[in-house]
Amino acid sequence: MPGYAERVKVVGIYIQGGPIGVVVATGGIRRVIEFRAVTKRFEDGTIAVDELDLTVEAGTITVFVGPSGCGKTTSLRMVNRMIDPTSGTILVDGKDVLTVDPPTLRRGIGYVIQQAGLFPHRTVLDNIATVPLLSGWDKRKARTRAAELLEIVGLDANFGKRYPAQLSGGQQQRVGVARALAADPPVLLMDEPFSAVDPVVREDLQNELLRLQAELDKTIVFVTHDIDEALKLGERVAVFQTGGHLAQYARPTELLAAPANDFVASFVGRDRGYRTLTFLHADVPVHPIDTAKLGERITVTDWTLVVDEENRPKGWLSGVDGEVEVREQDLISGGSLYDGTTLRGALDAALSSPSALGVVVDGAGAVTGVVQAGDVIQALAKARAAGEVPK
Amino acid sequence: MTWIFENWERFWEVTEVHLRLSVVPVLIGFVLSIPLGWWANRSQTTRAVLFPLANVLFTIPSIALIVITPVLLGVKILDEINVIVPLVVYTVALMLRSVADALAAVPGNVIAAANAMGFRPLRRFLTVDFPLALPVTIAGLRVATVSNISMVSVGALVGLGGYGQLFTEGYQTDNTPKVLAGLIGTVVLAVLADGLLLLIGRLLTPWARAGR
Ligand SMILES: Nc1ncnc2c1ncn2[C@@H]1O[C@H](COP(=O)(O)OP(=O)(O)O)[C@@H](O)[C@H]1O
Ligand SMILES: [Mg+2]
Repeated sequence: MPGYAERVKVVGIYIQGGPIGVVVATGGIRRVIEFRAVTKRFEDGTIAVDELDLTVEAGTITVFVGPSGCGKTTSLRMVNRMIDPTSGTILVDGKDVLTVDPPTLRRGIGYVIQQAGLFPHRTVLDNIATVPLLSGWDKRKARTRAAELLEIVGLDANFGKRYPAQLSGGQQQRVGVARALAADPPVLLMDEPFSAVDPVVREDLQNELLRLQAELDKTIVFVTHDIDEALKLGERVAVFQTGGHLAQYARPTELLAAPANDFVASFVGRDRGYRTLTFLHADVPVHPIDTAKLGERITVTDWTLVVDEENRPKGWLSGVDGEVEVREQDLISGGSLYDGTTLRGALDAALSSPSALGVVVDGAGAVTGVVQAGDVIQALAKARAAGEVPK
Repeated sequence: MTWIFENWERFWEVTEVHLRLSVVPVLIGFVLSIPLGWWANRSQTTRAVLFPLANVLFTIPSIALIVITPVLLGVKILDEINVIVPLVVYTVALMLRSVADALAAVPGNVIAAANAMGFRPLRRFLTVDFPLALPVTIAGLRVATVSNISMVSVGALVGLGGYGQLFTEGYQTDNTPKVLAGLIGTVVLAVLADGLLLLIGRLLTPWARAGR
């Protein structure tokens, strides 16, 4: 589907002109990116990208994944002309990027670089306002916009006056995302944006990106070497193979169920059966569970779930006879919590729980019931029989 | 010290000359070294030519350079140009390296980010590369300024040179307080100029001390 569609969702932010000479008054533009037989050979003879044919659908997160040196960064940088291809064509919304002057092209394409690459000499707010100012917005408007973005990426307003060196790695990365979004570009390129932060922060940032994308509806190309990250974020995943070949371009489920070759099979990993569960909706019954609060006197029969004042799980109580008082020190800590969506979540919760009962919580983290390990395993067998899970 | 108070007008007059003869070349040299440093940082060939040339120029004794300049330029012996030109040469020889090194130290991912956001080259240089190169550049500028202030005195050999004149005159007339006055003037001027640049540097680069 070439061309563009008006964006239906309005996110409460105003929008400046699109990159390739198109001025949009309201709503963004959804852009398709096409690689047509794109090859990049560097002066030293290295073939970084070899005959790449690929279409990045508008309004999706498309992930380029593969081992180091397989041409992901090079492919990404050819979209905004930080690198020009040796042969082949790259089209953004049907327009050959080589016909657009690089600075103009780039102001319409957000770029989040590895390790953020913030300007150390500019405050966070000024960093975010960079592209609007380059595009000729007046200072006040650019500042206001920057402040909005700070909020959108989940940072407190008082971070605006700090310098990048005064922020943690994860916070810097959020600012990097805010800066890329500032002029509301329809296309966002992200090169290993979360690789340099620790796993907990990385997961936060990934979830945040998914949340943002649900609102913003950009065309995002996301580069990573981490297959888990690729499968989590990508609606479509392009697996690159050493030598700049595209090995497979597919939805995550398809990648797991039917890897195109041995390289893809080994890259997505041996536990791909387990990974597939992430994409399967769990049809597992949720049972009610008796709960107790700290300080209450109860009669423990079997496993009792102890919750706090907001009904959030604190741990399990078991192995005591008769009437006892619920004390913090007697609690057996629980496993992972299940939010009622995927089969993998259900399995994780059931298997990691000391009671073999996976705790189900709602959006606020309050207990709604439990799933039984037996039910989860039955659901798993059913999915397997239906061919939804690879062996 | 008493010499200074008793001959205040004379002292002030040589101070003015000394200041002019050292500050003017620093300013000119500084301005020249920015494009040269940028060029040296961009092209390997330029670097390979400019750096050794700067080193050679720096090893020429200042006396030789000051004495030979009027011959080379064909100007009158007592013209201030004879001191200013050699000092510009020294400043450039020194600052060229500072500027090139400072620009080379700008982090690659910051430059890549600037390019990716659509900076054009001149704007990127003026608003990203150069400001980030300022701390190192100003350190170089302080060295150049202080060394210029001390070298101006050599100009006394060709009849110029601010405090240098107090040295030569004091020496010829066996007037030690006069020599000392020249010495004190030079040191005080150098310390003040250095402190001023340090302060300006701090005001211009508040971010450089914004650590964790
Ligand atoms: N400027 C360059 N000159 C020569 N070779 C390069 C250059 N940039 C990247 N390469 C090479 O091209 C290949 C692909 O690099 P890159 O796109 O950065 O890989 P990835 O991002 O997947 O790790 C690598 O072999 C790399 O060494
Ligand atoms: Mg890379």
